[in-house]
Amino acid sequence: MKIIVVGVGEVGSTTAADLAAANEVTVVDVDADRVDAIQYEEDVLGVTGDATDLEVLREAGLEEADMLIASTSVDEANLVACGTAKTVADPFTIARVRKPPLLRTWERSKGAFGVDFMVSVDLLTARRLLQIVDLPGAEDVKDFADGLVRMVEYPVTAASPVAGQTVREADRYGALTFASVLRDEETIVPRGDTEIRAGDGLVVIGRVDACVAFAREVAPPAPGRSLEVVVVGGGTVGRDLVRLLTDSDNGHRVRLLEQDPERARDLAEQFPEVSVLGHDATDLDFLEREHVGEADAVVTTLSSDERDLLVSLLARRLGADRTIAVVETTDYVEPFEAVGVDAAVNPRTVTAEEITRFSRDRYAENVAIVDGDRAEVIEVVVDEESVLTGRTIAAAAADLPASVVVGAITREVDGERTFVTPRGDTVVEVGDQVVLFIDTGVIDEVVTRI
Amino acid sequence: MRLRVDWRAAVALVGTVLTYLAVPLAVPLALAVADSLPALADGVGAFLAADDVVPFLATILLTLVTGTALRRLDPASEVGTREGFLMVALSWLVVPVLGSVPFLLTAYGVPGLTVGYETTLRQPANALFESTSGFTTTGATVLGEISIERHTRALMLWRQLIQWLGGMGIVVLAVAVLPELSVGGAQLLEAEAPGPSIEKLAPRVRETARRLWLLYAGITAAEILLLYAVHLAGLAPNMTAYNAVAHGLTTMPTGGFSPEARSIEAFSAVAQWVIVPFMFAAGVNFALFYAAATGRARRLVSNPEFRTYLGVIVGLTALTSVLLFTDPLLSEPLDTPSGFVVVGNDAEGSLRHAAFQVVSLTNSTGYSSMDFTAWSGTRQYVLVFAMLIGGSAGSTGGGIKVVRWIVVAKLIRRELYTAVHPEAVEPIRLGDRVLDDRTVRGILGFTMLYLILFFAAALFIAVDASRVGLDLSTVEVVTASIATIGNIGPGLGVVGPMGSYTAFPATTKLLMVGLMWIGRLEILPVLVLLTRSYWQS
Repeated sequence: MKIIVVGVGEVGSTTAADLAAANEVTVVDVDADRVDAIQYEEDVLGVTGDATDLEVLREAGLEEADMLIASTSVDEANLVACGTAKTVADPFTIARVRKPPLLRTWERSKGAFGVDFMVSVDLLTARRLLQIVDLPGAEDVKDFADGLVRMVEYPVTAASPVAGQTVREADRYGALTFASVLRDEETIVPRGDTEIRAGDGLVVIGRVDACVAFAREVAPPAPGRSLEVVVVGGGTVGRDLVRLLTDSDNGHRVRLLEQDPERARDLAEQFPEVSVLGHDATDLDFLEREHVGEADAVVTTLSSDERDLLVSLLARRLGADRTIAVVETTDYVEPFEAVGVDAAVNPRTVTAEEITRFSRDRYAENVAIVDGDRAEVIEVVVDEESVLTGRTIAAAAADLPASVVVGAITREVDGERTFVTPRGDTVVEVGDQVVLFIDTGVIDEVVTRI
Repeated sequence: MRLRVDWRAAVALVGTVLTYLAVPLAVPLALAVADSLPALADGVGAFLAADDVVPFLATILLTLVTGTALRRLDPASEVGTREGFLMVALSWLVVPVLGSVPFLLTAYGVPGLTVGYETTLRQPANALFESTSGFTTTGATVLGEISIERHTRALMLWRQLIQWLGGMGIVVLAVAVLPELSVGGAQLLEAEAPGPSIEKLAPRVRETARRLWLLYAGITAAEILLLYAVHLAGLAPNMTAYNAVAHGLTTMPTGGFSPEARSIEAFSAVAQWVIVPFMFAAGVNFALFYAAATGRARRLVSNPEFRTYLGVIVGLTALTSVLLFTDPLLSEPLDTPSGFVVVGNDAEGSLRHAAFQVVSLTNSTGYSSMDFTAWSGTRQYVLVFAMLIGGSAGSTGGGIKVVRWIVVAKLIRRELYTAVHPEAVEPIRLGDRVLDDRTVRGILGFTMLYLILFFAAALFIAVDASRVGLDLSTVEVVTASIATIGNIGPGLGVVGPMGSYTAFPATTKLLMVGLMWIGRLEILPVLVLLTRSYWQS
């Protein structure tokens, strides 16, 4: 596939690098130095110029392009680039935006501004943070099939009731499939006799209520209750998170820490029900005075990873139940979780998941990337040619690599989508939406066959 | 010294406003002509002498001449912010001066045409007081005897009409009808309208002013018709057409003048009940009525100031009802125009008089349905409390205004909160609007200034009274000060609803004229004129 990536800042260059292996990628940026740099680092073609100029896009091969990804740091430039591209050709256009009103406009009228798909890095990150806040104990959460199916990744602690049990013993939650056990560097496909140990990561896929019931047992307190949440940093991610938290029906009590007085005032005006504190969050006295330690969750969204880590550790020390950090540097995710941050969310991974949905031949309806890039959870609609069609899962599994697990199926029955728990004897039909757990190593092989 | 204010432009505009004052002056003139017609049979001389035809004609002539002369100063005048302050402040000085001319002319008589009569209005200070009290919608009176027997119907109608003109504002009216004011109009409205800021109802300021006046006139007309309908239904025998018009004209402007000496006590309980909701409405922001009238009733109901105003009225009424019901002094029969009445232990009577007095004094109307100085002394205090509240911003009411108290209360709440959470960032909100700190500071400053002026004026009144040997109690001094700066009218004791301000020395009356003037314009447009930076830099 021929892909044009406009803007090679942080997100743009990561996206370009991700896509370069399997596609012909051309990058466009106004900064000649950056274009030069990425041409040496990655196997891409660079064009220097303003992507809102049609001639520049033509030079980048617009007429033959299958996709254009606009990910400069300026929202309006991204929209105009997409709109400009649409005037002479019809690539699939993806625009990255930060401003929520633009996203709302686009969601109301998909295709607005000449954008086929709009991604808001901050909003996606904030949504992911909210899901984690709402589901205590989870390291990662993602919904599939329009919210019917949920994937959750849990760390198993020694206190967890499933620690030391076999999968067969632990499997008592009905509409829930144990998709994978992540042990050190190993990705184990769970069998009935697989033992779940403390320290493992557990990936479960199932109906949302079953996931919630499961969460309630393995990681009390129960989700769905009103929590006291402290959000540290009122940048765009922090702001989006606060908005999601205050809009949610759970009635969370939210406090927001923002050091910059003007920004703090701005946020205080936007969110009447949130108490905004204008002070440096690394000040231990201040955190103590405001009883941050009594919070159910402390989410750090500061612009520097180091400060995020520091605040998380301070909050933890003061007794906060859970700390969740936004980590800009992908490589820091693991060390963060190793030193005691309960969940680290990397905006680029979150964004990459969204963009990947459209870049890999668009085979999947929805994608989640598990634990760095160990595995992917994808959602596909089964057609006649699929290896799954008309067969039981047990029979189909024999033809697929062992590290593929069918986590959930939704099927249209009497005009309504219903959840089907996949077991060995479940027969897959055409039109079923199947959520699969696939090891990264076999993904290209698998997606061609299902 | 070089002036940075184009005072000629401001004065010329005042002249324009003055010339148009001839139009409302024609109303009492018409009544005077109608009332003099029977005398025409005895010749033109008798016709002219029979009523106030000549004084009103002379006043019209005077306003036209003065107005035109002032206009000549700067025929093509344009006003900026500074000129706006000056023009509004001057208008509210000059218009009451000319408004007092009919009082003086009737009192002294026009040589060779009419004869004067004995009245307190013969003193210029009294005439000016009465006129200013009218235009500023205060309702404090210096008439020795309020009756249409002593004063003509035309003169008493003029007294009512000036309150109606002053209510929505003479400058707002001028902006509504005079094309030459449409450019700087927003500044003028801002300087004149009660409350921290004006709310535009239409993109054009002229259209805004028009809509406000139409709404105001419409509600006034509704009240007049309703009062007269009650009369026709036989429920209010003395609410004649004249009285219906007279009281309609002074309810909506929160004025309080009545051609009856006993104010609203002179009318039946039904008439009193009819007036209560109109009085209440007069203290509500007219922009909200406009919203409700154009199908956005939700804005009225959800408005924080309206809700607080309603809450305060209901709360104080409930409290006062209980106080009246149990007042030992009121368990004795009171001598009223409708015979001997017992208010205490009477549920309807207690509720009616409580509601009436509370609404009237809270939003600065100044009517009374009974002589509340007859209540037990301690029970009168609730009315002093009510006097300090005021109406809503954008209403015709005077005083500090409900919205300012809300902001002050929220400010105090914030201070208490930040004492515990020093880093908390807490903007002050009004409904879904956030007030910037400048506005909040302005409101706090205004409230403080208002209270300072009120206390300082009370001191002046007390000292001045001692100078001439006038014996006043503390509460009389204090309420006389609140009642004039707050444009309320009656206070307690000697200045009570059935009393008058006649006894005060002329110096005090002039001070009160100033207080009413400052109070009506909400201090700032007047005080800013006294600063050096206004005139020079």
